[in-house]
Amino acid sequence: MPKVRGKRMMDLLTVNNLNFYYGSNKSLDGVTLPIRRNCVTSLIGPSGCGKTTLLRCFNRMHDLYPGNRYEGEIVMDGRNILDKGEDLITLRSSLGMVFQKPTPFPMSVFENIAYGLRLRKVRNTALLKEKVEKSLRQAALWEEVKDRLKESALGLSGGQQQRLVIARTLAVDPEAVLFDESTSALDPVSTQKIEDLMVELKKEVTIVAVTHNMQQAARISDYTALMYIGKLVEYDRTEIIFTKPKHKMTEEYVLGRFG
Amino acid sequence: MTGIRKRKINNAIAMGVAASCAAVGLGLLLLILYDVLKNGLSSFGWTLFANDPAPPGMEGGGLRSAFLGQILLTAAALAAGVPAGVLAGTFLSEYGRNMKLSKIISAVSDMAVSIPSIVTGAFVYAILVKPFGGFNGWAGAAALAIIVLPIIVRTTESMTSMVPWSLREAAFALGAPYHKVIMGVVWRSAAGGIFTGVLLAAARAAGETAPLLFTSFNSGHFSLNMGRPVPSLTVTIYQYAASPYESWVSLAWGAAFAVTAAVLVLNVTGRLLIKLRQGK
Repeated sequence: MPKVRGKRMMDLLTVNNLNFYYGSNKSLDGVTLPIRRNCVTSLIGPSGCGKTTLLRCFNRMHDLYPGNRYEGEIVMDGRNILDKGEDLITLRSSLGMVFQKPTPFPMSVFENIAYGLRLRKVRNTALLKEKVEKSLRQAALWEEVKDRLKESALGLSGGQQQRLVIARTLAVDPEAVLFDESTSALDPVSTQKIEDLMVELKKEVTIVAVTHNMQQAARISDYTALMYIGKLVEYDRTEIIFTKPKHKMTEEYVLGRFG
Repeated sequence: MTGIRKRKINNAIAMGVAASCAAVGLGLLLLILYDVLKNGLSSFGWTLFANDPAPPGMEGGGLRSAFLGQILLTAAALAAGVPAGVLAGTFLSEYGRNMKLSKIISAVSDMAVSIPSIVTGAFVYAILVKPFGGFNGWAGAAALAIIVLPIIVRTTESMTSMVPWSLREAAFALGAPYHKVIMGVVWRSAAGGIFTGVLLAAARAAGETAPLLFTSFNSGHFSLNMGRPVPSLTVTIYQYAASPYESWVSLAWGAAFAVTAAVLVLNVTGRLLIKLRQGK
C-alpha cells in the first residue's frame, strides 16, 4: 500500500471527525484535520473555541479528569490513539507538552531535564549528562545555565524556565511537541526566543502550537487551523489562511473584526 | 452627643476591651513561662539529664529515664503516625480528591484533632493495656500516634493540594505514572509544609500527659523496654509535682522547663518554616 505509507510519512496525526465532551457539554464537534510531520501547525481562534481542548486530546490530557469523553479518531502510526487500550505513558512520551505558564519542578536544572530520562530508567551518569546538555542546547538555554545546573530551576527567569520545560520535553526524544499558549505569559524578548526555537525545532520534531496571537501564527507556522465554538472553520497553509482564505469568517478573524 | 463622638467613644471602648483581653491572655502565658523558667532553672543542670530519679529525700536525682522514655515514646508515635498520616493525606488530595468519602474522612480528621486526649488514652487502655495485663510503652506510643495522626493527615492534605495542578500535568505530560508524579513532584513541592506539620505534631505529642497516664504510665527505673511501663516527662511532672518531697517537686519543675522549652522550640521552628515558605 504505497499510497497509505506515503501518507503516514507525511502526517504524524490524522484527526477524523473528532467529538469531545466535558460531561454532557460538547466541546469539539466533528473536527477533521491532519498534523503534518516536521511542520509547525498553529491552532487559532477566539477564547472558548476549543483549540486547547483539541491540543489536549492529542496527549489524552483530558483522561486525568473524570467525566470526559472522546468520539471519532486520532490516527497515529496506523492506530487510533483514542482507543481504550492506548498506553498513555508511551503516548505522552512521544507527544510532549509545554504549558502556558512555565512548570519547572522544584529541583535542580539538571534534575528537571533528567526527570523524564530517569522515568525511562536511564541511570548511566555519562549518558544523562550528555542528554541534558544536548536538550539544553536544542532549547537554546545551555549557554545561560551551564554553570548553574545544580541550582534550583525555580531561580531561573520566566523565559528561561519555559525554555527549560522545552528542553525537558525534548530530552525524551518526542515525535511532537504540543505548545499550549506557551508564550502568552512571557515578555517579547523571551517570546521571540521561543518562536525562533519552534521554527528551528521543526527540523527534528513536529510542532503544534495553540495561540491566540494571530501574528505569532503567521510568523511561525506552516499550517494554520481556525476554530470557532468547537468546530474547525478552516485549515490550510498559513499564507492562504492569512491572504486568501476560503471562508468569510476566517477573513474576518484574521483581519481582527471579531475574537 | 453627636453621632461621630458617640462612634469614637464606642470605638475606644471596643478597643480597650479587646486590648485588655489580649493583655490578660498574653500576661498569663508570660507568667507561666516566667514561673517555669524561675523554678525550672534552679534544678536545671547536668544531673537532671545524667541521673535517674533518686528515692525521696536523697539528693542528686535526675530524670535521665524520663527524657529517654519521652523521646522513645514520641519517636515511636511519629514512626507510626507520620507514614500513615502522610499516605492518608496524600490519598485525600490525590487519588481520592473526587470521592465523597474523602470529604468525610477530611471532616472526621478535623474533629479527631480536637478529641480530648484522655478519651484516646482510655480507648488505648481498653485495647492495648487491659488485654496485655499491664501498662506498657507500646500502648503509650499508640495513644500518641492516634493523637498525631489527624494532624499529619490534614497538614499533608492541605499542603499537597496547594501544589498547582499544572505541575502535575507537566509531569503526566512527560509520561510519568501517577505514583511517580506524587513522589517526585507533589511530595517534593510540599515537603517543607509536610515537615512543618510533623514538627507541630511532635510538639503536640511531647506535651501530652493524659493519654500516657492510662498507657505507658511511669517508671522510676531506667529501661528502654517498650513492653514495660515507660517513664515520660509529662507523667513525671504530674506525679512529682503533687508529691510531698521537695527534691521531687524540684525535679518536676526541671522537667516542666525541659518540656516547655522543647515544645516552644518545635512550635517556633514549625511556624518560622511556614512563614519562610509563604514569603517565597
